[in-house]
Parts: sequence; C-alpha cells; structure tokens
Amino acid sequence: MVELNILEAVRDALDIELQNDPSVYLMGEDIGPNGGVFRATEGLQEKYGAHRVMDTPLNESGIVGFAIGMALRGAKAVPEIQFVDFIYPAFDQIVSELAKFRYRSGGEFTTNVTIRSPYGGGVRGAHYHSQSPEALFAHTPGLKVVIPSNPYDAKGLLISSIRDNNPVIFLEPKRIYRAFKQEIPEEDYTVPLEKANIVRNGDDITLVSYGSMLQNTLEAAEIASNELSINCEVIDLRTISPYDSQTIISSVKKTGRFISVTESPKTAGFGAELSALIGEKTIDSMEAPIMRVTGYDVPFPFILEHDYLPSADRILSAIDTIWEY
Amino acid sequence: MRKILQLDGSIINEAIEPSIESEELLKWYQSMIQLRLLDQKGIRLQRQGRVGFHIFTTGQEAHIGAAAALNNQDWIFPAYREHGAAIYRDMPLEEIINHLFANDLDINKGRRLPGLFGNKKINFVNPSAPIGTQIIHATGAAYYASQINPEEVNIVFFGDGATSSSDFHSGLNFAGVYKTPTIFICMNNQFAISVPLEKQTASNTIADKAIAYGIKGEQVDGNDILAMYSAVKDAIKHAQNGNGPTLIEAFTYRMGPHTSSDDPSRYRPDEEVEEWKLKDPIERFKKYLIRKDLISEEENSIIYEHYDKKINELIEIADSRPKPKLETMFTDVYDTLPGSLLEQWEEVKFFTEED
Repeated sequence: MVELNILEAVRDALDIELQNDPSVYLMGEDIGPNGGVFRATEGLQEKYGAHRVMDTPLNESGIVGFAIGMALRGAKAVPEIQFVDFIYPAFDQIVSELAKFRYRSGGEFTTNVTIRSPYGGGVRGAHYHSQSPEALFAHTPGLKVVIPSNPYDAKGLLISSIRDNNPVIFLEPKRIYRAFKQEIPEEDYTVPLEKANIVRNGDDITLVSYGSMLQNTLEAAEIASNELSINCEVIDLRTISPYDSQTIISSVKKTGRFISVTESPKTAGFGAELSALIGEKTIDSMEAPIMRVTGYDVPFPFILEHDYLPSADRILSAIDTIWEY
Repeated sequence: MRKILQLDGSIINEAIEPSIESEELLKWYQSMIQLRLLDQKGIRLQRQGRVGFHIFTTGQEAHIGAAAALNNQDWIFPAYREHGAAIYRDMPLEEIINHLFANDLDINKGRRLPGLFGNKKINFVNPSAPIGTQIIHATGAAYYASQINPEEVNIVFFGDGATSSSDFHSGLNFAGVYKTPTIFICMNNQFAISVPLEKQTASNTIADKAIAYGIKGEQVDGNDILAMYSAVKDAIKHAQNGNGPTLIEAFTYRMGPHTSSDDPSRYRPDEEVEEWKLKDPIERFKKYLIRKDLISEEENSIIYEHYDKKINELIEIADSRPKPKLETMFTDVYDTLPGSLLEQWEEVKFFTEED
C-alpha cells in the first residue's frame, strides 16, 4: 500500500498504463518537462520519452483531433486539456468525431481516447479555471463521463478508462487534488466504470453526488446525523454517463427522499437528469419533493465563488426542507 | 504547376512520364469509369426518389492517381468526393451500392448519407460532414504509424473550403512540428458550395500555405492523373526520407453541383463549366491510353457497357433488400449496450413492427 492524494493517484495510473502498454501515449500542453501545470505528469516524459509523453502546440482542438487520429490507427491516446474551461475549441472534435466514429462506421473504426481534464471551482480561478461542464458531455451519446472523488477511485477509474474501448471524458476534481491522502494499493487495479458507490449507508434520505462535491455532501450527512438524527445514504456516482441508475433507484425506494448535489449551473445540469429519473421511476415511493442543490445559472463567479458553490449548509437546508415536508 | 499530360493525351516531357505497367494504367482507367457511372446513376436514383441524397464526383476522378501511388497499408482519409480511391482499392461495387441504399448489407449499417462511407478492410476512413475535421486525424494517425511502421504514410483529402477551417491549421501545424508522414491533398475545385476561392483566402495559391507551416507545398494539375500520381510518389519519398509532410494543391473543377440539393447556376456561369469540360480527366487519360495503344475506342465502349450493366444489376438487387434491423439504431454507440439503451430499445420495439 502507498499513501497518495488524488493527483498522485492520477500520475500513478498514467505511469502504470505507460509501463504496461506500449500503445499508450500522452499529449497536451506543458505535460513534458514541466509535468503539467498541476504536475499530474511529472517525471513521465523523462521515463517514457518525448515521443510518448508529448508536449503539443497550444491548440485544444488539435490535441483532441490528433489523439483521435492516433486512436483510429490503434493507439490508446490520453490527451490532457489543461483546464476543462479550455475544452470548448475541441467541442466539435469531441462531439462530431470522437463520440460518433464507432457508430457512423458501423463499428469499423473506434477511438480509444481518454481525455483527462481538471474541472471545478473553489480554487480562486474565476470564469475560465473553474467550470463543471459534465452535463454537456453526458448529453452526447457515445462518450463516457467519469469523475472520481478520492485517490483510490482516481487510480482505479483512470486505469479502467484508458483500457475501455470507448472514448472517456475523465474529469479530475482539482480543488481536492491535494486535499487528503488515502492508503491505496501500489500495484495495478481497476474500479469498474458505470458503477456507483454507496459511501454512507442510511435509511432516511438519498444524497447523490460526485467529484469534489462529494466531500461537502458527506460533511452535510454527518452533521444531519449528529445534530438532527437524520440518517442519509450517500451515493458517489463516479460515472456520470452512462450512469448506474439501479443503485440510485434502489436507494430512493428505501428512503423516499432524494437530493442531488452538483456544482454546475442548475438549469439542465446533471441534477435535472437525476430528478427526472426519480420522477419517472420511484414517484410512488416519494415522501417529499425531489431536490437539487447546484451552482447558480450564472457564469462561474470569482470573488463570490464560495457563495456559488453548494456548501454543507446549503445541502443541510435542503435536507431540512424535505425532512420537514 | 506540375503537369504531365496534355489535353490531347500527349506527354509534355518524356523525362517526367511515370513508368507504370499497362495493366495498372488500365486499372486506373476502369476505376475512373466506374466512378463516373456511379455519379451519373446516383443522381438519377436521387431524382427518382430511390435514394435520399447524392454527392457529385464528375471532374475530380484524377484523385485516383493519388490513391494509386500508395501501398494498401497506407491509410486514406477522404473528404467526400474520393470514392474513386475506394474503388481503386477494390472495394466491391456491391458494397458501395448497398451503402447508397442504406440497406441491411450496408457495412455502415444505414447510418450515413449516401456517399459518406468508410471501409476498414481497405483503410478508407469514414468521413464526417463538418468540414476539415479529418485533416488533424490524418496527422495523428500518421504520427502513430511512424512509431510502429516506418514504411507507412497516409493521405488526407479535403476541399478548398476546408483550408479555412481550424482543423486545417491544426493538421498542418502538428504535422510540421512532429514531421509526420502525412500527405495533405487539397482538391481545389474552386468553390465551397457557392463561395469562390477568392472569398476563402487571400493567398496566391493554397500550396503557398505550406510555407507558414515549414512544410513542402506543391501545385498540381488536379485533372491530370499522371501528375497526381507522380506528385504523391514524390511526397512519399520526401516523408520516407524523414522530411515529413507535403501539402499538394490539386487544381481541379467540380463539373456537377455540390450535392443533389444544390443549384450551381446561382453562382457560376455555364461558360466556365464548358471550358472545364475540355479538361475532363477521363477523356484526357483515355487519349493517353489510345496513344500508347493500350485501348481502342471500341474497347472503351465495351468497358463502359460492362460496368453500366453491372451497376444496373447491383442497383436492382440493393434496392430490393430490407432496411437494417431496428437494433442497429442502438448498437455501436458503445462497444456494449448500457442499461439505458437496452431500456430505450425495448421502448421502440413496442412501437415498431419488425419480423
């Protein structure tokens, strides 16, 4: 076992895959001698060569298109987009090309690309270093969207994503990159995609979250338990698309109360999808309104970001509302 | 501008005439004829309402020379008028025609507009419809190919409009930086649907754009199949000597409309089309073959009749086939069907009758 934070777990997964499989290539801006602006690829170019850990021209659309071409020819390409806020120039390559190659070719041409990118707020990054655009990609058939919330999952999910034959958008919660360490196996292991994880058992309310919001959700669940004697079940979704609806449905049938916690804007965010699922599948079990705690429908703010992000207090308020309903 | 064949089929300068086996030259010619016939029949089928769409290729058949310069292991990234490259690589006409009808035997499972097909068996990649996106794919594929098979090069086709796209910039810039064995062929037919070249770029030539990327650029007569072949042969040599990519501007003209939905009389004069008729790539190559005694007018008619009959028969067979199965709406989104798609498939089955 080793004690690693999320960032180190990501690097460890990349190291293992570069070691295991000569078809794995990394490419991105500043990922070479600089090791990435967050240091996720530190030391990897030195170890595997500039031909496999490639510093690229500053062009996100080019990085993704280049990775798609490599993958068509048989590589497992793992591009890094420095901040997910810079992914939009590559949106056409992701949505029109990456997500559709298998389908449009009748299964003949496939694109094993895992796009890694730090996402999320709370780092004093303002509009362009803080966004959480997972819903845009979850709305695109053909992509998998994966978001870890802890070091163990970060390593196991990233290895699974690279080995998966489908394109994956792998969003890394940068606010908690170095927030805490966890004992994880030193060797190679995987965590399955499309499988949620029940991280706290409870009978009263189901809370679903993922990524950096999971910490706030767990904090709220602990306070609810200690101070209000409300026992929340907390589900870490881990894969946003295609997602594990069964785990959520089973939990909500038991609790009859549901809150999703996501940091992206509210309207048409991923919480809306989860609310619709509950509305369609478990309405007979519901004891209270289906709730969302989200960011607001504004461009990501700067100095007021902590008022924007779902805090434990805001989650507790939603818990209180539906408990008292 | 590189040019080998005169309009009368004679050679400008014997020193630059590529030396090619007779049988191979005839294969080029037969590929051109099949493509021309498919173009004529495709639009008729569209006008009859038997297929939904048609993309014209007449006038641009000399791209077959570019494909002929490659080895079969080299990947081709077409735009959407390079079906001749697939024919040259022996993609069976049945497969192309089944694709036009999007029937149950279509290798792309009835998911694409007629003409936008790909075929893994011949390393002919599925194009999309957003313009230029394949240019950077070709660069990435060539980069990985250079890592695992130093003999390999690949080729990407795109139109003059695509040179304005961001992916053109990405593709040439990355290729220049990594010196990838990529051959970029701009089929400059001088119109992006209706927009003429001078509204697309202020560069003197498209080949000039190579200078900014630090790569080799060359203008070629895009209606001269021998020039296309020899330009690509030189580009292959250039790549295999470690000098990286080449941008080839093939100067040509689209004789037909952009697609079955386009009316070119709105944006170009008939006289211009008439002028380009004199430069027809098939007629010019035929004259060359006649001069070399490889074909006679009579044999030429036999070839046309042979393919005309064959294609007509294949059309009737393809048209009688059923649509692809309902399940093909859901397969290949991912390698396996997630629960959400299984559920949606069940739903559509309930509303659809299928044997």
